[in-house]
Amino acid sequence: MSTIQVEPQAEPVPDSPQRQVVNDFSIQVATVNGSGSQSSNNVLMRAIFQMGVPVSGKNLFPSNIAGLPTWFTIRASKKGYVGRKREIDVLIALNPETAKDDVEALEPGRVVLYEEKLNLSKLRNDLTFYPVPFSKLAAEIAEDAKMRKLVANMVYVGSAAELFGIEMPEVEIAIGKWFKSKKKAVDLNVRAAQLGAKYVRENLLKKDPYRIERMDETRGKIIIDGNSACALGSLFAGVTVVAWYPITPASSLCESLIEYMRRYRIDRQTGKATFAIVQAEDELAALGIAIGAGWAGARAMTSTSGPGISLMAEFTGLAYFTEIPCVIYDVQRVGPSTGLPTRTAQGDILSLYYLSHGDTRHLVLFPANMQECFDLSIRAFDLAERFQQPVFVATDLDLGMNTWMSDEFRYPDLPIDRGKVLSAEDLERIGEFARYRDVDGDGITYRTLPGTRHPLAPYFTRGSGHNEAAKYSEKPGDYLQLVERLARKYETARLWVPEPEIRYSTEGARIGVVAYGSTDAAIEECQDQLRTEHAIDTNYFRPRALPFTAHVQKFVDRCDRVYVVEQNRDGQLADIIKLDVSCPQKIRKVLHCTGIPIDARFITDQILAQEKGA
Amino acid sequence: MSVTSERPKNQNIIGLTTADYKGLPSTLCSGCGHDAITSQIVKAFFEMGVQPYQVVKMSGIGCSSKSTAYFMNASHGFNGVHGRMPAVATGAVLANRNLICIGVSGDGDTVSIGIGQFCHLLRRNVPMIYVIENNGVYGLTKGQFSATADRGSRLKTGVVNDLPPIDCCALAIEMGCSYVARSFAGDPKQVVALLQGAISHRGTALLDVISPCVTFNNHEGSTKSYKWAKEHEELLHEIDFIPYFEQVETVDYGEGEIKDIPMNDGSHLTLRKVDRDYDPMNKNGAIRLLQESRDAGQFLTGLIYVNPVSENFVDVLNVIEEPLCLLPQNQVRPGPEALKQVMRELM
Ligand SMILES: Cc1ncc(C[n+]2csc(CCOP(=O)(O)OP(=O)(O)O)c2C)c(N)n1
Ligand code: SF4
Ligand SMILES: [Mg+2]
Repeated sequence: MSTIQVEPQAEPVPDSPQRQVVNDFSIQVATVNGSGSQSSNNVLMRAIFQMGVPVSGKNLFPSNIAGLPTWFTIRASKKGYVGRKREIDVLIALNPETAKDDVEALEPGRVVLYEEKLNLSKLRNDLTFYPVPFSKLAAEIAEDAKMRKLVANMVYVGSAAELFGIEMPEVEIAIGKWFKSKKKAVDLNVRAAQLGAKYVRENLLKKDPYRIERMDETRGKIIIDGNSACALGSLFAGVTVVAWYPITPASSLCESLIEYMRRYRIDRQTGKATFAIVQAEDELAALGIAIGAGWAGARAMTSTSGPGISLMAEFTGLAYFTEIPCVIYDVQRVGPSTGLPTRTAQGDILSLYYLSHGDTRHLVLFPANMQECFDLSIRAFDLAERFQQPVFVATDLDLGMNTWMSDEFRYPDLPIDRGKVLSAEDLERIGEFARYRDVDGDGITYRTLPGTRHPLAPYFTRGSGHNEAAKYSEKPGDYLQLVERLARKYETARLWVPEPEIRYSTEGARIGVVAYGSTDAAIEECQDQLRTEHAIDTNYFRPRALPFTAHVQKFVDRCDRVYVVEQNRDGQLADIIKLDVSCPQKIRKVLHCTGIPIDARFITDQILAQEKGA
Repeated sequence: MSVTSERPKNQNIIGLTTADYKGLPSTLCSGCGHDAITSQIVKAFFEMGVQPYQVVKMSGIGCSSKSTAYFMNASHGFNGVHGRMPAVATGAVLANRNLICIGVSGDGDTVSIGIGQFCHLLRRNVPMIYVIENNGVYGLTKGQFSATADRGSRLKTGVVNDLPPIDCCALAIEMGCSYVARSFAGDPKQVVALLQGAISHRGTALLDVISPCVTFNNHEGSTKSYKWAKEHEELLHEIDFIPYFEQVETVDYGEGEIKDIPMNDGSHLTLRKVDRDYDPMNKNGAIRLLQESRDAGQFLTGLIYVNPVSENFVDVLNVIEEPLCLLPQNQVRPGPEALKQVMRELM
């Protein structure tokens, strides 16, 4: 971030085919939910990825199984920007219901590749139209109607590949990867893609500037969704008891965990599971099971989304007050209530921070990318057992269900931390035990596990008032001592939670940007826009956990104005920062809450507008 | 029936005395049915020679749920939130399958706020003993009706309950519970035998024990009072329990007089006929019995249904023999090659 480069802009200029836009555009495929377009979208994205070009994929889908419109956006970005790009450059239109609106929403100079039957070319004269009879072509190779529909999807992949320079061998490899060992499906889909490409070659003339060209920016990278990354993190964290209740967008976290556990966590000698996974009857039970397991010494977790978090409030307070470890994933979606169940948001931050009645504050981790979904999952289990309390991992639909490029995950280099647990031998050596006595002065006390064979081991866990010896107590002094120690424990946690990512401008910038979680994906691009287009240099601060570390105060001190960017209505994290720093008047809010992932241009515009009034 | 035993009378087979199974002094109202049940829990665990360190005591919220503090101080206990003990117990048992789990709950805790979790616990057949201390009211919140109160039963204030009761035993059988009994806190002999049977059982063992609330539901007009229960109790059979470690000498019984139920751990329950022929291993018969007795306003106690060979939740989940909570890192964190393999597939 040291130099202010004024680069020529990569904005395509309409109607100038001689001008090429290479590896920097977005493709949106508009289809119908349940039409099987998932495979073709994935193949298209992978083929670009295999050509070494950075990509990301976002699925905008309805809360419905079949029949409603869905859009899948693939962004190719040579600079590696992974946030949403606001402008759609190429529309692949297959859904008669939305085609007209989709076309009308495009900026001039963009491209429409469409099902010929939809007859879209008359709608506008400032776009490039490519009609292809996808379903007719599909009919040539697939007899029954259902098959034809599925295959038609792969036909558009072939057509797009031909038009935009995506190499057919890469498409074929991607098809092979998707359909794995199902040879018949592979062959059929390869033929479909080839048909689509052939039609374009023989019937259409390229008139647009968009092209994919080989790069070398994806070597050694993986493509994964955040829920799978969190599941892998849980697997390598050594989770043993999992309880969950299905809810979009969290379901696929435990579903992929089940797959991984079956694969890697069946004991070779006995064929038995080194885990127990329960699909509970609701989220209350899911968290209750995790708490019971955590109490008994298992590494336990649950995963859910906003509505489930609301149901978990009472149990969360119990675990906080009785000091029982468990990990709770919140893959956030738009609330309140059912809200927009298939859209993304960061609206649960305050709920998570304070969940439950009475004085509570929780540990919340904010992974911002795939590597962190993996790493912070492992950290979450260690922190939960170290601090003997619930740890929330807050992701969202955008991170959890969309596909992202990432470096290969690093194998954890630290051993599992089981925290302060006393064995029978320990008790024998020490000769005394009080469950809630702060022996070390860090607010974290020692526990024993049920089943420990020692007369000192047993204690009684209760959500009611208790003293150091875990005996029932309503004495004012005992209560105060307990909640003050819990507060002290929280202070200790500031030294243990993952540190923030901080990037100070070497230009001595006085404007700060704060973002967390999936919002991070749009920040680098936004900072580049501010710098190259408006000569505004910015510092960046990305908290990775609550409670904050001491860094946040220092960061705010070094800035005149700090823009906290997040995806909710009220600026929930901004308000927490205001409580934590000595100069809350510096904090400003940039808020995006439409359910659509935030994009860099939005943030740039918002910051510029507020800077004007600064 | 006589048994062999050489140990001192006050010691059980593992050399412990009743004192080793005691809890804190009760803080419940004097005469509360719950305390009577507590005494029988102490007795049952003592007589079975269960190691207290292997036991976990689970409960929700209510006077009844407090009881877990009043027995077996030498065991870990967990008094959680109202109506959610089943989930916590399920988690604990999955984490450590060697634990012997006893849950104590109330009628409000179980079939009002907690009915969902209760049903799912039974449906899963989580290996544990589940005691409902059923007094027809919410004792701890000062005597409102619970969902087990009989229609027409009257509170002290004169309020009459006009909704039908939930029959915990019928519900349990319907949910697939494999050990279902009803008893009365004023019948210690039966309670202790049923508890011992429950300890010997491998799945969920449910005891619905009528346990009068002397403060809020022990008056004239109540159908959960000591007086009412004593006057109306009809024994399905007389129950004896013979633990696995005691040998039974063969005794001649009259034809059809005695039913012998072999339990999972080698113990036996013997059921001596009182008035009717009753086979607690016949599920349909059990359901019919409950239906008929409810219609007739009868209060039948005894072992209502048992199926000693049932597979429990831990078996169904194919969980490894060693407690999950004690597995070392090398058994729960796959090696680097596993991660490499997953990564390769994602490239
Ligand atoms: C969520 C919640 N709601 C309400 C209460 C208040 N409450 C405490 S105990 C209880 C009823 C207990 O009745 P029961 O389970 O029958 O136990 P008993 O006291 O009769 O033994 C209620 C409603 C609570 N503790 N938590
Ligand atoms: S109020 Fe009733 S249930 Fe509670 S302790 Fe007193 S007698 Fe027992
Ligand atoms: Mg009650």
